Order: sequence, then structure tokens, then C-alpha cells
Amino acid sequence: MNYPQIPKSWNIESKPHKFCPGCGHGIALKALGMVIDELGIQDKTVFGVDIGCSLLAWDFFNVDTIQTHHGRTTPVITGIKRANPELITIAYMGDGGGYAIGSQHLVNAAARNEKITVILVNNTNYGMTGGQMAPTTLPGQKTETTPYGRDVDETGYPTLGPEMVAAIAREGAYVARGTVANLRQLKGFIKKAIENQMAGNGFSFVEVLSGCPTNWRTNAKETWDFIENTMTQYFKVGELKVPGKGE
Amino acid sequence: MANKPITGEQRVFMTGNEVIAYAAVMAEADIMYGYPITPQNEIMHYWTRLAPKYGKKFLQTEDELSAGFTTIGGVLAGRKAFTATAGPGNTLMQEPMSMAEMMRIPTLLIVQQRGGPSTATVIYSQQEVTMTTYGGNGEGFRIVYSTSSHQDLYDYVIKGFNTAWKYRFPTFILGDGYQAKMREACVMYDPAERGIELVKPTPYMGAPGTPGVDRKPSHMRNTYNTEEELYEVVMNLAKAYEAIIPEVVEFEELNAFEADTVIIAHGVVSRAAKGAVKELLAEGEKKVGYFRPITLRPLAVNELREIAQRAKKLIIAESSYGQLLKQIKEAIYGTDVEIHTILKPGVGITQEEIVAKYHEVK
Ligand SMILES: Cc1ncc(C[n+]2csc(CCOP(=O)(O)OP(=O)(O)O)c2C)c(N)n1
Ligand code: SF4
Ligand SMILES: [Mg+2]
Repeated sequence: MNYPQIPKSWNIESKPHKFCPGCGHGIALKALGMVIDELGIQDKTVFGVDIGCSLLAWDFFNVDTIQTHHGRTTPVITGIKRANPELITIAYMGDGGGYAIGSQHLVNAAARNEKITVILVNNTNYGMTGGQMAPTTLPGQKTETTPYGRDVDETGYPTLGPEMVAAIAREGAYVARGTVANLRQLKGFIKKAIENQMAGNGFSFVEVLSGCPTNWRTNAKETWDFIENTMTQYFKVGELKVPGKGE
Repeated sequence: MANKPITGEQRVFMTGNEVIAYAAVMAEADIMYGYPITPQNEIMHYWTRLAPKYGKKFLQTEDELSAGFTTIGGVLAGRKAFTATAGPGNTLMQEPMSMAEMMRIPTLLIVQQRGGPSTATVIYSQQEVTMTTYGGNGEGFRIVYSTSSHQDLYDYVIKGFNTAWKYRFPTFILGDGYQAKMREACVMYDPAERGIELVKPTPYMGAPGTPGVDRKPSHMRNTYNTEEELYEVVMNLAKAYEAIIPEVVEFEELNAFEADTVIIAHGVVSRAAKGAVKELLAEGEKKVGYFRPITLRPLAVNELREIAQRAKKLIIAESSYGQLLKQIKEAIYGTDVEIHTILKPGVGITQEEIVAKYHEVK
């Protein structure tokens, strides 16, 4: 699992990127960059970034990119795809953007089987706004708005996004959960998701388990431990829906 | 596939919503995104009947946030995209329209005003003036046409797409439930046959070539890091907007620059105002005039000031509690003309009421 080279589709002028040191966003975007290169789709791809730390990626790639509003990347990307189906359209967002403020868009895009790809970074909190509880915050996890730990009786259990999308989406959709701790596998999921869009099969969705050391207040070792061992107790990594293979 | 639904000039008698659907087809709109709300529903109903015949598309979204943001997506893809809404839907539209304003995305939004606040009535009002002109967290860098008839609806939908794509500011057609639902005669035509050239859209995203290789990538953002950076962006927007005002401003008037008493109204109420002034002139009153702002953004500030400096009295009539009034007061600030009003939120205003008001305050 060694990928030293910089993806060709990255915009070198905007590097080093603006994410915090040790942030998972950079790894997720590395996987995406490699997929864009491998599929040779830099000229046809339109990338949409949400408001959240994903907004920092507005000039990340040498790919046409639109920075939208918090939660609204799914409809912007849907609108582009509907108007010009030749384009390969990718919506990139956080767990707050996708599962809270933009959940109606995610649910309905999946229900309509929109031929778009959504990549959602699950870092169990609202990173950009300083570490509040997200729909994905784990039971007992401390955040700025759950300073004594998330109380599931008061605030419910973490949203299982891919499971929800897989339950809504019909045949033709691709749904997976990857992790920044396994770049090769994550890249494979993102590639299948985009290929699924290119084949015109249906909606494709990849959640990415990711770290937010800044708000978690973790060092490198603790960050990886949380992603690999704690998050995966709730969020199972793997493919949930693959066209032709049923569930 | 048929090319156009209208050739030559066709006199029709139909509802405003139907007229709008035809106008959008004749304006070469490519795609409509929409969410049901009365009184604009039939725009979608007629569009979905016409669209497939002319290679055009429709998407029914999950709400107006989505309708607005998908419309933005359609425009980014280089298509003439539009949507329509009313009332609480217009409230939700303000979020996407603020993005369009910041990023100069030429969306077209048709608003068929209904009663407010809240769900109120599905029938009629002029209570969406403030929201449509200055809604969202912005400065009102938008173009808003207030229509008064079915002919206006046809003309200004065609014009609205051109305005949006020429100047690249979000553009609004501000109608109302009466115009939406009533039948009225108007003439539909092929804009080409009247010498109206349709502005061709171009893509913001997905233009030919590989970004970073054959061309620059299109990197569009609405977030800035410092106050100074944002200040520059907004001041540039302001400058661009100010520059187009003289070309965009529209109004209609009758005797307004000679009169002692000028009746001001917009939209459908302007018909009652114009009728009242004609009636009064015919009765022998000489010092009465009529003024109708057609663009509510930008407003005809220079003309309004000129009138206010010359006239003794203004009568402002509108189906709201003073939304146009507020903008006119701001426009004529510093003049000492007397202001009288007929303010009827959510209720129509007749010619007789305006004539009576004139005699009362004369
Ligand atoms: C309508 C709206 N509400 C709230 C915000 C403030 N806001 C900005 S980013 C954000 C949360 C981001 O969290 P997430 O989507 O999980 O992304 P992350 O930063 O964690 O990657 C919020 C609430 C906003 N920009 N717009
Ligand atoms: S706040 Fe968290 S998610 Fe945002 S850039 Fe920093 S580490 Fe990454
Ligand atoms: Mg997050």
C-alpha cells in the first residue's frame, strides 16, 4: 500500500493542501485523484464540494469544480448531470452535509437513482465549525455540543448512511463504505462507484471513514486507532450494494 | 421532433401559467426543475406536456432548495435552466438564489406571488417584493421584472432568459396568482420573427478540453478567507451591477412627469392605476399621472426622484403592507412630496378605489 506519486489530476498550484496535518480528507482525495487518472476522465469530470472542510478542495484538482452550500452539493451535481448527462459528476461532502442538513437531497437522489456519485467523508463530527456532534458521532463520544459524551437516549444513535442509502436505492445502485486506513480498497470502491455512473447504471455512494485529529484532539497513533478500531465497531467497511450482485 | 410550438403570431386566450410554459419553450429553455406549489403548478403541468416534444427536460425535485440548486447545476452545465415557485417556496429559494448572486449564475426564477406570511392563501398578493428583490444574505444583485398581464408574462419570460445570460445576474419574473390562473388574451410569437436574438448559453463546467492541460480549470467558489478578500468580491459585484442599471431599468408612465398627483403601482395593480388615471384625465383632471416600475430591481430611481421633486402628491397602491412603498421612500429620500397609500396585503385593488383615493387626497 504505497502510493508515493502525486495524482496527475491534482492541481499542483494549490498544494500543499489546506487540510490540517493528519486529516483524512487529503487521503480520500488522493484516492479520488488516482481513480480520475486511471479512468482518464479529467476532461469530463465535474466535481462539487460542500461547505464543511470539503470546501477547502475547491481548487484541489485540475477538474472543473463548484463549491456549493452546506448540504446542497447533491442537488447542484444532480442538476448538472440532468442537464448534461455526458459529464461525470461527483459530489463530495461531510457527514453533517450529507446526513443532517442535506439528508433530504441524499435520500431523494438515491430514490430517483440519479446517475451521480456521492463521496461522503465520515469523521464523526462537524470539523469545519469546530467539532460539534454530527449524525455519525459515536455513543459516548465527546464533542463540543456533547461535552459529557453523546447520550443516545437524548440524541439517538449514529446514522448508518450506506445502510440507509442501500435500503432506498434500487437495482443499478452501487453503495460502499471504505476507510482512509485502507487506501487500496477505498480507491477500488471509488472506482467502481464512478464506473457505475459511467455505465449509466444508477446512483453510486461511497462513505469514507476518516479522521479529524484537530477536533478529536488526538495524536497520529490515537487518530488511526480511532478510525481502525473504534469507528469500525459501528461502521462496517465493505460493499453494501453492487449492481448485478444484489445486496 | 417539432421545432417550435409557435410560428408567426398567434392570438391566444389562456392562463398565465400556460403562457409562461410556451414562452419558456420559445426562449429555447432546455430544462425546468420544480416543486409543486400553488399558484405556479400549471407552469410545470404545461411544461411537462410540451417539453418532450421539443427535446426539453424536466425534473421534479424533493423541495425548493433542491429546485433552486438543481437549476444552478443546469446553468453551470451551460443550459438555459429555470424554475418557478411561490410564497413559502420562494422563501426556500432564497438560499440558492444567494449563491447565484454571489457567483453570477444566470438562473431564471418565476414567482407567482400568493398570500403571506406563512402558508396564508394560495390566491394572490404582492407580498413577495422584498424577498424577491433583496432576499437571502446578500445585497440584492438581481434583476426582477414585475409583470402586469399575460402579454407581459410572454414577453418578459423571453426577455428574462436573455437578461440573465447577457448580464449574468439571477433574474426573476415576479407575477402573481391572478396572472397565473386567470385567462386573458395575448399574442404569442416567434422571437426570431420579431428580430429578438436569443442569447446563447455557455458552460461554466465541462467545456471542451482537459482542464490544466488544454485550458484552465473552472474553479468556482463562494467562500473567502478574509474580510478584505470578500470586500473586493462584493465591491466588484456592486460595480458590475451598477454598470448595467441604465440598460436594465424599465418603467411605464402616463403624464407622470407633468402631474401634481402621481399614482404609483406595480404588477397587476398597475392596471387599475393606469385605468384610474385615464378615467380621471377623461373626466377633465389635468394634473394626474401614472408611474409603474417594471424592474423592481434595479428600480428607476432617477425617474422616481424627478417625479417626486416635481409632483405635490404620490399615491402608492399595492397588495402588500408597504413593500413597494418602502423602496420608493428610499428612492425619493430627501424630497418633500406628500405620500398617500392604498395598502391591501393579499387583496386586489380596483380602479374605483384608486379614483376615490385621488378625490379624497386631492
Ligand atoms: C445553511 C448553513 N448552516 C450552517 C452552516 C455552518 N457550517 C459550515 S460547515 C458545517 C459542518 C460541517 O461538517 P461536515 O459536513 O461533517 O464536514 P466536515 O467539516 O466535518 O468535513 C456547518 C454546520 C453553513 N455554512 N450553512
Ligand atoms: S478540522 Fe478536521 S476534518 Fe477539517 S481539515 Fe482539520 S482535521 Fe480535517
Ligand atoms: Mg464531518
